[in-house]
Amino acid sequence: MSGINDFVVKFATVNGSGSASANGIFAKTLFRMGIPVSPKNIFPSNIQGLPTWYEVRVSEAGYLARRDGIDLMVAMNPQTFKEDLAEVVPGGWLLYDSTLPRLWPREDVTILGVPIAEMCAAKWQDTRQRQLFKNMVYVGALSALLDIDMDVLKGAVADQLKGKEKLVAANMDAVGLGRDYALKNFNCPLPIHLRHAEGAKGKILVSGNDAAGLGALYAGATVCAWYPITPSTSLAEAFERHAKRLRVTKDGRRLFGIVQAEDELAAIGVAIGGGWNGARAFTATSGPGISLMSEFLGLAYFAEVPVVLFNIQRGGPSTGMPTRTQQSDILSCAYASHGDTKHVLLFPANPTECFSMGAQAFDLAERLQTPVIVMSDLDIGMNDWVTEPFAWNDAHVHDRGKVLDAEQLEKFKDVRGRDWGRYQDVDEDAIPYRTLPGTHPTKGAFFTRGTSHDENARYTEDGVIHARVLDRIRRKFDTAQNFVPKPEVTIRDKSGKTGLIYFGATTPAVREALDALERDGVKVNALRIKAFPFTRDVASFCAMHERVFVVEQNRDAQMRSLLMTEAEVPGAKLIPALNYDGMPLTAAFVQGVVLKQLQPAKAAAE
Amino acid sequence: MSYIAKPSAHHPALPKNALGLTRRDYEGTMSTLCAGCGHDSITAALIEACFEMDLPAHRIAKVSGIGCSSKAPTYFLSRSHGFNSVHGRMPSISTGANLANRDLVYIGVSGDGDTASIGLGQFCHAVRRRVNMTYIVMNNGCYGLTKGQFSATNDKLSPSKKGEPNPFEAIDLCQMAIQLGAGFVARSFSGDKTQLIPLIKAAISYNGFAFLDVISPCVTFNNHPTSTKSYDYVRAHNMASENKLDYVEPKDEITVDYAEGASAAIALHDGSRLVLHKLDPQHDPRDADAAIMAIRGNSAKGQVATGLLYIAESQQDMHDILATDARPLNALPMAELCPGSKALEAINGRLR
Repeated sequence: MSGINDFVVKFATVNGSGSASANGIFAKTLFRMGIPVSPKNIFPSNIQGLPTWYEVRVSEAGYLARRDGIDLMVAMNPQTFKEDLAEVVPGGWLLYDSTLPRLWPREDVTILGVPIAEMCAAKWQDTRQRQLFKNMVYVGALSALLDIDMDVLKGAVADQLKGKEKLVAANMDAVGLGRDYALKNFNCPLPIHLRHAEGAKGKILVSGNDAAGLGALYAGATVCAWYPITPSTSLAEAFERHAKRLRVTKDGRRLFGIVQAEDELAAIGVAIGGGWNGARAFTATSGPGISLMSEFLGLAYFAEVPVVLFNIQRGGPSTGMPTRTQQSDILSCAYASHGDTKHVLLFPANPTECFSMGAQAFDLAERLQTPVIVMSDLDIGMNDWVTEPFAWNDAHVHDRGKVLDAEQLEKFKDVRGRDWGRYQDVDEDAIPYRTLPGTHPTKGAFFTRGTSHDENARYTEDGVIHARVLDRIRRKFDTAQNFVPKPEVTIRDKSGKTGLIYFGATTPAVREALDALERDGVKVNALRIKAFPFTRDVASFCAMHERVFVVEQNRDAQMRSLLMTEAEVPGAKLIPALNYDGMPLTAAFVQGVVLKQLQPAKAAAE
Repeated sequence: MSYIAKPSAHHPALPKNALGLTRRDYEGTMSTLCAGCGHDSITAALIEACFEMDLPAHRIAKVSGIGCSSKAPTYFLSRSHGFNSVHGRMPSISTGANLANRDLVYIGVSGDGDTASIGLGQFCHAVRRRVNMTYIVMNNGCYGLTKGQFSATNDKLSPSKKGEPNPFEAIDLCQMAIQLGAGFVARSFSGDKTQLIPLIKAAISYNGFAFLDVISPCVTFNNHPTSTKSYDYVRAHNMASENKLDYVEPKDEITVDYAEGASAAIALHDGSRLVLHKLDPQHDPRDADAAIMAIRGNSAKGQVATGLLYIAESQQDMHDILATDARPLNALPMAELCPGSKALEAINGRLR
């Protein structure tokens, strides 16, 4: 099924050997040729020495999920030769450094030996150069084998080395070495190769964390506190990088404050302190950080302090697989902290949405006066995605929510003529009015606390009042339904009985699977969840269908549980489709689950 | 504790400060702590200090953690916003609040359990970040709300009410604060109002991290004669005489001349001055090593060194270090914070 502009190349290298930048140049070049690509970095929790892989799926049709079956393996790491060879599809190719020739025990794979180390040793004296340029030599060989546009490649090299122009020529020399060798020794191009296309035109190539950091900047966030943890680190770093460029006054003063905290408890504490004091504040973390932040999330929930938390989910439980992806914090985030708590979640499906939902999260947090958690993951967060360009409407008015200034406090009377009280439900939307420290000499001061409080923020141990306040906060969740993004529904068969619910990073795999199923005559309607609380559309979609697959990347069908509890969908009709091996989801997996259920005989035969 | 609500009427003849406010305007609700609790004396000293400094109460933010001490902010400055956060995490809340608005005065109130045990990490990092705040530990050497367990500041061998000696070394928060870079470090005693009030004033005036460890006997669980955190013990062993402090507000003139060699005047950034009466000429609070020696030396003799222990005459605070704008971040208009669609188009261009 592979062919022109439709194949998978995988680079097997050693962590810390400089391959990342060469691989990035390769992917960027293809993207700039207009070809949709989806690079996936499969890396170890290590700085140097362990195996690392970089998969690039090329799909002119725009299917950007990971796909099993490698057409061309660039095998640069002897540690993993055996498994790398095994992954190549019959009829595929394997390129390796043949300086030390070896036998490859597969007849159905074409071996492309390039004496990379030997060529580098002849060309460069410096050991570091000999090592680093190896990566560009294999890129050069691929340029011939896959028919890469050399002008585009050169442009990508130049961009990668901006500020180090002297290195461009040396890198292009390395490319030339590999390219010339391939042209001379192999039948170039291979049947799988590239040609200019339109699919990626107008799009951008960016990671979700970069996008989310930018979203926070556009949202006007000024307080950021974080603690380093893979895979969320690059989000805070992106915010800082963008802020240093776009948020510094002419005299060098920063319009933002970033604290690299001592731990995740402090990180969320700083963010909550900032939110309480009227700044837009956020933190970013991953699984273990969510566990540590839980107590504080309960405080922000109960004391009604706006704060935004980006959770870049990774493989759990415990330390789990820090460099692999999962969607396994859904329940722990939806109900983070002890006691009755419930949090607003947003589920971006790509970097474009990491930007837009990342910005929207701040509006929601201030509107609803509660924590909002953006549920990204390692796949979206750390991999580069070909995605729609970022868009910003300059007419957008940031929703700062119900905050009273001194003048409003002076005049404030509710419908019953009462003065302001911090937790009074004046507008019957369960959202009270808040005040910021320092606003008015005599009005609006109150005590923010995690202990039980009445409508005027006074300490109480009166059970009736306690329950009344809890009920109002729960009602706020109903109000939230009017503000959160609505799900995306795709109807392929109006009278269809089968539906499928999905969210986040599995989106490309699901869409591809549903297209393939439809080509085989199986039409499945689909709903992509974008937020929790679920809007009514989710329950009605489930009611419309006899059976609904729920695709998610965790063992315990967490989203399915949430649908049962919160949307009151009967569990019997929710069929779990679960993947939790840490790898980005493939369409084949989704197709397999659906077919197994709908056409068990056919699935068994296959 | 008292269950009687405070009457809101004021006596018309109550003295007023420069803002036209009386002491009553700086009070909070009625304390629910035990009668005689040292914390209530610290509360009273805070009220007095803020009143005398003519501070607008609404420009002060009170932040606390959990415990008896952390309840105290309810009992002073009812016109100030307060935040009673979670156990041991007052420093991070204060850090975030301060980042958001550098123009307010931040008073953090914590206890010895809240700071020296569960919150030790946050305390250390707030010091090294030099958050511009006054951090007060109401230090009674025990956990009051859970009925008298030892805290990490209780002196080794100082016994519990039942007579069991504490087997572990005490953490000395003042020594830690000095080592971590606090610019202002003082220790006082809840029963010594004359010393405490000027120290609170000086701490509030200080630009940078000001730490105030106030020994505050727990009348219910740690005030027996053998406890080193009891009223009797501290009164008998307080070395307050080593240096006596006067706080001189910017508006006041120094009218008294002190004998050379026996006093030192230290100017603070807001124009106020501290006049130190150095009865012990050996101790210069501008010398961090000497301060630590004084604490350790007294402690070895079973004495408590109180007063201004250390002061760095000028210190960069967190905002100086982070180079943040002079305006509060929470007051910046969105037009300055959101770069808009044109800048985004350029970013899109770089990602193509």
